[in-house]
Amino acid sequence: MTLRKSVTLKTHGDIAYARQVAGELMVEIEASAIKRTKFVTAVSEIARNAINYGQGGVITFHLAEASGRKRALAVCTDRGPGIEDVDAALRDGFSTGKSLGLGLGGAKRLVDQFEIVSTPGSGTRVSLECGPR
Amino acid sequence: MPNKNTMAAILSTDFDRVLSGWLKAQTKEGVKRADLVSAEESKEQSRDLLSAIADALPDAAVDSELDLTETVWDPIRDVLETITENRTQRGVSTTEMGWFIGSLKQPLFEILHTELADKPTEFMREMWNSTRLIDQISLHAIESLVEKREATIERQRAEMTEVSAPVVKIWDRIVTVPLIGTLDSFRAQTVMENILDAIVQWEAEVAIIDITGVSTVDTLVAQHLLKTAAAVRLMGAECVICGISPKIAQTVVNLGVELPNITTRVDLESGLAYAFDRVGVTVARG
Ligand SMILES: Nc1ncnc2c1ncn2[C@@H]1O[C@H](COP(=O)(O)OP(=O)(O)O)[C@@H](O)[C@H]1O
Ligand SMILES: [Mg+2]
Repeated sequence: MTLRKSVTLKTHGDIAYARQVAGELMVEIEASAIKRTKFVTAVSEIARNAINYGQGGVITFHLAEASGRKRALAVCTDRGPGIEDVDAALRDGFSTGKSLGLGLGGAKRLVDQFEIVSTPGSGTRVSLECGPR
Repeated sequence: MPNKNTMAAILSTDFDRVLSGWLKAQTKEGVKRADLVSAEESKEQSRDLLSAIADALPDAAVDSELDLTETVWDPIRDVLETITENRTQRGVSTTEMGWFIGSLKQPLFEILHTELADKPTEFMREMWNSTRLIDQISLHAIESLVEKREATIERQRAEMTEVSAPVVKIWDRIVTVPLIGTLDSFRAQTVMENILDAIVQWEAEVAIIDITGVSTVDTLVAQHLLKTAAAVRLMGAECVICGISPKIAQTVVNLGVELPNITTRVDLESGLAYAFDRVGVTVARG
């Protein structure tokens, strides 16, 4: 697994940049257009959460290769307050903000592999993995 | 000490000495930038980089065959990426970045000098090998820093291409607005206000929002569209959203976003056909 880029997430402009990097990575793994759109959208959700709820963070983009197949991986980490009840947060429509509450659940449905680890008081880490097809 | 890779041997036996020597040299050369990077961070970054070097060295070619792009150096490039990202954010200059790594020569040369005091030929060769390695790492870091700066400019450009949304009256009682770029920020609010103003100004009954130029529709964009449609409806008009590509449609469905009571059409043409129908305009082919 090789690190391609890391993007510091502080402002909303950083989300646009994270999306751009996510798109470039999907081009690198020769992903289909639909897969690219899905991955980019999932990254957008997770990056925005890190800024809105996690006091900002960093998202790293990696190229993973398993049995000759290239995959894209994004890991978003913040040192915010963390999530008390991850299952609740993943539920569609759950939001402590004034938004749709579909970001986490949606991101999970958009990628091939989704992992969230959150420790109340110390932060949240979300990993998104996507293959080319 | 084996001839082949003296540096590897030094780092495996004298790691802590090299590290503390390096940190001291950083302070002396004034490249520590304690104002920008905390002492712990500096120490952590230096240790990470030195460990990566120590790990790679035994298997790497450090003579004229040295090639930092080889996989054996992957971990070093990873550590450098993290360090430069961190330092770019803090506003560290390229010179400071170069010297931060360059000052590693000081403790290394000192040890080489002690170890190879009576072997001038070897000493020269090792000096040259370690100079080449450290310079290459340093150049790589500088390049990466410059790349990051360019990325920052790119980032700002990405921000600037956020929606510019001129609302145009294209027919009696019909207005359109093509959205281009991203719909991230407060600008979405402006777009909504523009549409509502145009509806009042031109007594429009249909507002066509063309999102062909919006590359990502995430839940925030969807929420803005929902809000806009609701506000347009409150004004007694109707919103038609067109230009939803198949991949965006699929993504929106995956997200679980529902667009109830919103008329959607594939492209501007069919959106327009719908609007004509709504306001009672018949289009005849001549
Ligand atoms: N990085 C994070 N740190 C802390 N809380 C988070 C984080 N990401 C998500 N959450 C919590 O999970 C909830 C659901 O997130 P999401 O599904 O993206 O919906 P929304 O962003 O619309 O609220 C958020 O309202 C917030 O309470
Ligand atoms: Mg969200």
